[in-house]
Amino acid sequence: MKEKLLEIKDERLSFFTPAGEVKALNGVSFSLEEGEVLGIVGESGSGKSVTAYSIMGLTAFPGKLIGGTIRFNGHQVDQMTEKDFRKMRGNEVSIIFQDPMTSLNPVYTIGNQIEEVIKLHTNKTAAEAHDRARELLELVGINEPEKRLRQYPHELSGGMRQRVMIAIALACEPKLLIADEPTTALDVTIQAQILELMQELREKLGMSIIMITHDLGVVASMCERIAVMYAGHIVEYGTTDEIFYHPSHEYTKGLIKSIPQLNAQEIERLVPIEGQPVDLMNPPAGCPFAPRCDSCMKICLSKMPPETVLSDTHYTRCWLRQKEAMEKGAGTDE
Amino acid sequence: MLKYAVKRVAMGLLSIFIVATLTFFLMNMVPGGPFVAEKSISQEAQAALAAKYGLDKPIMQRYATYMTDFLKGDMGVSLRQRGRTVSGIIFSKFPVSARLAGIAVLIALLLGIPLGCLSAYNRGKLADNTIIVFTTCGIAIPSFISSVLLLYFFGSKLNILPTVGLNSLASYIMPVTALAIYPTAYITRLMRSSLLDVMGQDYIRTAKAKGLANFKIIFKHALRNAVLPVITYVGPMLAGLMTGSFVVEKIFTIPGLGREFVSSIVNRDYTMVMGTTIILATLIITANVIVDILYKVIDPRINLK
Repeated sequence: MKEKLLEIKDERLSFFTPAGEVKALNGVSFSLEEGEVLGIVGESGSGKSVTAYSIMGLTAFPGKLIGGTIRFNGHQVDQMTEKDFRKMRGNEVSIIFQDPMTSLNPVYTIGNQIEEVIKLHTNKTAAEAHDRARELLELVGINEPEKRLRQYPHELSGGMRQRVMIAIALACEPKLLIADEPTTALDVTIQAQILELMQELREKLGMSIIMITHDLGVVASMCERIAVMYAGHIVEYGTTDEIFYHPSHEYTKGLIKSIPQLNAQEIERLVPIEGQPVDLMNPPAGCPFAPRCDSCMKICLSKMPPETVLSDTHYTRCWLRQKEAMEKGAGTDE
Repeated sequence: MLKYAVKRVAMGLLSIFIVATLTFFLMNMVPGGPFVAEKSISQEAQAALAAKYGLDKPIMQRYATYMTDFLKGDMGVSLRQRGRTVSGIIFSKFPVSARLAGIAVLIALLLGIPLGCLSAYNRGKLADNTIIVFTTCGIAIPSFISSVLLLYFFGSKLNILPTVGLNSLASYIMPVTALAIYPTAYITRLMRSSLLDVMGQDYIRTAKAKGLANFKIIFKHALRNAVLPVITYVGPMLAGLMTGSFVVEKIFTIPGLGREFVSSIVNRDYTMVMGTTIILATLIITANVIVDILYKVIDPRINLK
């Protein structure tokens, strides 16, 4: 078996705000192999971005890792200092943000911003960095790269800017690329182009990708595995097929039901998930989804469900599945 | 760029014309006149003086005369400082005020920008809180209080600094300090809030994600964006200070333009009021054009049209 590129075990992270402790991550575990594409889906505040940011040490100020371990590319990330992180960021792990319109510094040229990261992590001279930057722009499919290098971000369209962000992220050939809703702020046609580009680059360069999104269409087309997050827990984890064809958690089912169906025979209303996301300052004792769950049982309100293993690659945290598994006599990992 | 410059100069000239016209008519609409208050002068003498300076003519005719003379570069003679021309007075007093203002603004920038950065960088910590307290005082305390306090402690009590005039280098210290306190405090606060705002921007997060060190993020990515509001503020402020501060010049007995400005209004010295107002307007308009051009230099998104 290959060495895992990323291994997160029981990660717990809280934001210590003046109003109290916000429990953003409550025991998140998953791993990623080299070249693998993982999608993390969930609604706003479910902890998907926080999970990814913590790998790079980018968790914003009141956030603090309070438990668990993160191993990435041979580093013990949870023990790293800011200085160690600086060597790793942009080099071994890179990130693309949601809004390309605001993610580039408006007062520096595209060339300056790409070359900056190259010069920071390699020993290349200014001329070599410039050549590399031009090469990167070609790689991400930007025409007239020499001209673009001299342009400012405001002279480029949103899709182009996201390509530039990807070029910056790939400049030092990272092992892992984190894409934090990379297409949310873009037009639908541009979204498809960017996703296609990311697919292509992944095949060419072989890096792993963590794709954070709330768009199930995006994960379906890109990812091999999917983690569904809710209230700081991974409530279901499996291959893309398993998640889409055999959703096991009531929340995952709800998410899939809320996708518009193109082949629907008659005009159907989309099915929303009723209720509000949980208050992470006072998370419920039991399953966090219980208050919104149609099939909620008594035990759901008092105890957090354990992981129910459904296949080698598929598990969920739901008392319903646990009950079924116990009735079938199958073992659990508890 | 050239088209822009021509357009701005034309608009500037128009603004100056409007300011001059408004000032001229408003000034003349106010009851009284330059010679009215002087009780010692007889009615006949007042009439003779008025006739000598052309004040007995209809207002439209006086306006036309003033404007034509002004276009020829003649701002007339002072009505109250006998025998001196307005331009002569301005040219002798303006450099004094301008020099004081220049030094004060330079100090304000050199102190305010780093202090603002320091404050933002240490947000919520002791350094930040200390700076906030001092800048609040600096903004709240009017210059006549700070001038008098300076004069009392350094001039009188400790007796280490000269209190009158601008005859030595040391004599600049107190008036420049008095002038610089407010802009320093203001720039510090402006810089602090602007930098905090910029530090929350997405591109700062991008810079961080690249692995850049904190000082590089602040000095390369944040400062250039954060300094724009400071420049907006400094332009007109410099123009305002260059035409002199009445309070500071009065307290430290400095022969600057600020005193002329106020006394010309009190004395109804019509030609001096016009002269000083036009100078102030010209300076402010020039400062704004310079600010706009600096903006373009700093931020490429700005399109000068």
